[in-house]
Amino acid sequence: MSAVLFFIAAIGALAGAIAVVTLRNPFYCVLALVCHLIALAALFLLLRAEFVAAAQVVVYAGAVMVLYVFVVAYVGGGEEYATGAALRVLGPLFAVGLAVELCIAMLGSALSGISGKGAPYVLGFGTPAQIGKLFLTDYLFPFEAASLLLLVAAVGAVVLARRRRGLEDPELERRLALTPRSVYTGTMAEGGGVPRAIHEIEEATAPVIVQEPAMPTTANKA
Amino acid sequence: MAIGWYLTVSALIFCIGAGGVLTRRNPLVILLCLELMLNAANLALVAFARMWGSEAGQIFALIVMVVAACEVTVGLGLIVAISRRNLPIDVDELHELSG
Repeated sequence: MSAVLFFIAAIGALAGAIAVVTLRNPFYCVLALVCHLIALAALFLLLRAEFVAAAQVVVYAGAVMVLYVFVVAYVGGGEEYATGAALRVLGPLFAVGLAVELCIAMLGSALSGISGKGAPYVLGFGTPAQIGKLFLTDYLFPFEAASLLLLVAAVGAVVLARRRRGLEDPELERRLALTPRSVYTGTMAEGGGVPRAIHEIEEATAPVIVQEPAMPTTANKA
Repeated sequence: MAIGWYLTVSALIFCIGAGGVLTRRNPLVILLCLELMLNAANLALVAFARMWGSEAGQIFALIVMVVAACEVTVGLGLIVAISRRNLPIDVDELHELSG
């Protein structure tokens, strides 16, 4: 049973990986990667890593891939430029060579543990309780460093992707600057409400002469 | 299943990802291929954790996932900044830093 599940998940993971590399449309690449990640989570489950599998599905296939889909939709990324002729031949050759070398290194090695099924299973292996205990005892420093890294990455992403200049359309910016605005725009009076501001101005100017307050369509004060 | 099978799958996924990084030119897809390579390493780590019967490998896999998430955030922020400036989304055109 586990062998059947392993082959289904492994073929799914490999097919997803090949689809990521070969599909032209970046959107389909992201969807293929989601399939790949879910198949990989099944492999993790077969390896008795329950918490890692759950985190893989929730964090990776859920959150990170949603971020990818957002960016692909924002950027558009429709057209794909053709690769140079040299890399188009050398890239796959390199990959195949690396695969052959890695397979020789692993399957040809005399390590006895590789051909076995692994250590005997003890109850509670890979559960969240066990992982959490390890994170807060033996691996506390990597845990804290990872949280700091996440914070730095979040701040860095905001800094990188923020809008640097004004509006993207200079013509629109010029027209907006020329648009007549209320004199209260951008002042505290706007927050307090224009009628109240008019009332305050009336009160302030009442002893001088009874007059209407300035019409709020004159040139901008800001 | 023997641990060797998992390691073989991991090696194949890693090589597919490496080939994709070399052949594709869209930085979005290159980031996806980097994810493939990181996931292959994760699979190997979890397989070794199963082999030794200790959870240390799973801890490493979780840390790798955190690092991958950070890499994705910064990389996607860069891509958004590139597209804001109306530069081509193509790694071969963005060679200002290569001297």
